Amino acid sequence: MNAFLAVARRDLLLAVRHRAEAANPLLFFLVVVALVPLGLSPRRETLELIAPGVFWIGALLATLLSLERMFRSDFDDGSLELMLVSPQPLPLIVLAKIVAHWLATGLPLLVAAPLIALLLGLPARSLAVLLAALVLGTPTLSAVGAIGVALTAGLRRGGMLLSLLVLPLYIPVLVFAASAVSAAAGGLPAAGQLYLLGALAALSLTLAPLAAAAALRISVS
Amino acid sequence: MPPPEHESDSQPLLETVALSCARGERVLFENLDVSIAAGEVVQVLGENGSGKTTLLRILCGLQPPSGGHIRWRGREVAPGAPELRSEIQYVGHAGGVKLDLTPRENLDVAIALGARPTATTVDAALARLDIGMLGGSPVRTLSAGQRQRVALARLLTCASLLWVLDEPFTALDADGVATIDAMLREHIEAGGSAIVTSHHPVALGQVTPRPVSIPRAA
Amino acid sequence: MWAFLHRFASPPHFYRLAGTLAPWLGWICLGLMAGGLYGGLVVAPPDYQQGESYRIIFVHVPSAWMSMFIYVVMAGAGAIALIWRIKLAEVVAVESAPIGASFTFLALVTGSLWGKPMWGTYWVWDARLTSELVLLFLYFGVMGLHAAIEDRRAAGRAAGLLAIVGVVNIPIIHYSVEWWHTLHQGPTVTKLSAPSIHVSMLVPLLLMAVSFKLFYLTVLLQRARSGVLERERGAGWVRELLARTESD
Repeated sequence: MNAFLAVARRDLLLAVRHRAEAANPLLFFLVVVALVPLGLSPRRETLELIAPGVFWIGALLATLLSLERMFRSDFDDGSLELMLVSPQPLPLIVLAKIVAHWLATGLPLLVAAPLIALLLGLPARSLAVLLAALVLGTPTLSAVGAIGVALTAGLRRGGMLLSLLVLPLYIPVLVFAASAVSAAAGGLPAAGQLYLLGALAALSLTLAPLAAAAALRISVS
Repeated sequence: MPPPEHESDSQPLLETVALSCARGERVLFENLDVSIAAGEVVQVLGENGSGKTTLLRILCGLQPPSGGHIRWRGREVAPGAPELRSEIQYVGHAGGVKLDLTPRENLDVAIALGARPTATTVDAALARLDIGMLGGSPVRTLSAGQRQRVALARLLTCASLLWVLDEPFTALDADGVATIDAMLREHIEAGGSAIVTSHHPVALGQVTPRPVSIPRAA
Repeated sequence: MWAFLHRFASPPHFYRLAGTLAPWLGWICLGLMAGGLYGGLVVAPPDYQQGESYRIIFVHVPSAWMSMFIYVVMAGAGAIALIWRIKLAEVVAVESAPIGASFTFLALVTGSLWGKPMWGTYWVWDARLTSELVLLFLYFGVMGLHAAIEDRRAAGRAAGLLAIVGVVNIPIIHYSVEWWHTLHQGPTVTKLSAPSIHVSMLVPLLLMAVSFKLFYLTVLLQRARSGVLERERGAGWVRELLARTESD
């Protein structure tokens, strides 16, 4: 447990020291959202229709951009080797890194969500569901993403490959989360989708650390 | 009944049996038998690319061997087995030091990751390595030698029987080498062991490492 | 049993055995495929609703089956490679990926060709086609990862691990896509499924399915042979083999 807290604290500390870098995914998200009305149409009906999808595609891409931070620099400076040689269980260490990653990227998304919902013209009544979907959906993005980064940590140019590995696995989150927000915007109940997102989060937070730990051992060898 | 053997004396702490390693098509070494007794410093010699680093990484479980076994206290263990890892402190080529953290923060994480801490405090360890007053500045601002000292300070704060050190003297000045020399002596006097690689001979006054060379694979 | 498996999985033994088996399997596959195609394209009656165009199911449906089947085989081989570190399992996992991707591609192409007369367009976001498309991406991921990692053994193990991750995710992705589809179902969509099946259609369909399996096995054995040769090129038995071939 000590190791869990120490690693989570360390990663958060690093994120804070790299504030500017940590803010980039969020800014990217904002820019993408701003491009949509420019590329499509600023008409309220159009935006309202596509807003949930645009929001979640933006969130997916922003998370993807921030994933590399999780293991890449640790791989380069040898800290990853220390974690692998450490007698502490590696899946626990990986879970700490996933939690830290979520706190550094998922949480800011949550804070920015109302603003982005406003820009996209999402009705106010869907805001609660949007936030709930973010709370339940983004941990899965961090957890599943960890497997992808762990597999590509040793590669010089792993960025494009990472998106190929990770984005298809993000589809269930995209489907359920976007549909939850759509339903809420249309005044329909969204509890079912939220339950499914919660189930995905529980599943991925238990299994992904194991898979990512195995992947790290392969990447370092 | 035969008299019981002095197991602790006759039995090596760590042994490799017919260890071999191939990188792709290239065979680095084959049938390598290395043993490390308690209270002994082993120095691995070999030319560049002979597999010194690879040997250490296999001992730490960072890399699977392509053949052979590892014995820990006479018992065969899987490479990287937890009982092995809890007795190893590894300082590799890349020191595993985070440039954006201070030496103190780096050591705190290392202690949390280690099996158990020693009685030495972080500040005492840093002072011993002569970087006591730098404990609070980011490692990024430190010189290469000072960064290496931060990595080596782990050995003082984290208890372990076996130190696995890959080129520990790189970037260190004579003073630093002398400190590591003294640390090694204290470590083996307390019953610990170390395996060290070094591509050039280093003048060590306090310990006499037993040289082991990696023969060129046939 | 265990000893037998290890003997079978030893590269030289596998190389010889696969070399003997592959041609036989290949010929049986050809025979069955000829029978299946004859039965499907000539003997089976046209469908009363879809006319002749339904005949593409004799290729489409077995390809779709194979696309899933091969992914599961790949993940299974990946698990064996990771747990027991059997080299042959790595080779099987890695060499299965391009074959599986080809079948997935074939299923997509035949599916969209079939869709043209039914929907009037080559592509609709039908639940099954979408799932197949995602499956193709998953195959590309495994192949891309394997190609990107330099060390052959690490590449094999990483690809195997990714296949396992994929196989856990496929049911979830499949379910989410199904669910997404029922949510957005338009009025014109017809279900892309095998029409109520008559024996004269079922027999050629099964023949085709079996011949596709044999095709996979044949190609896999051949690919695995060259994969084993490549990985073992430094080993004694490969040198002996080479010496013998040269002296012939």
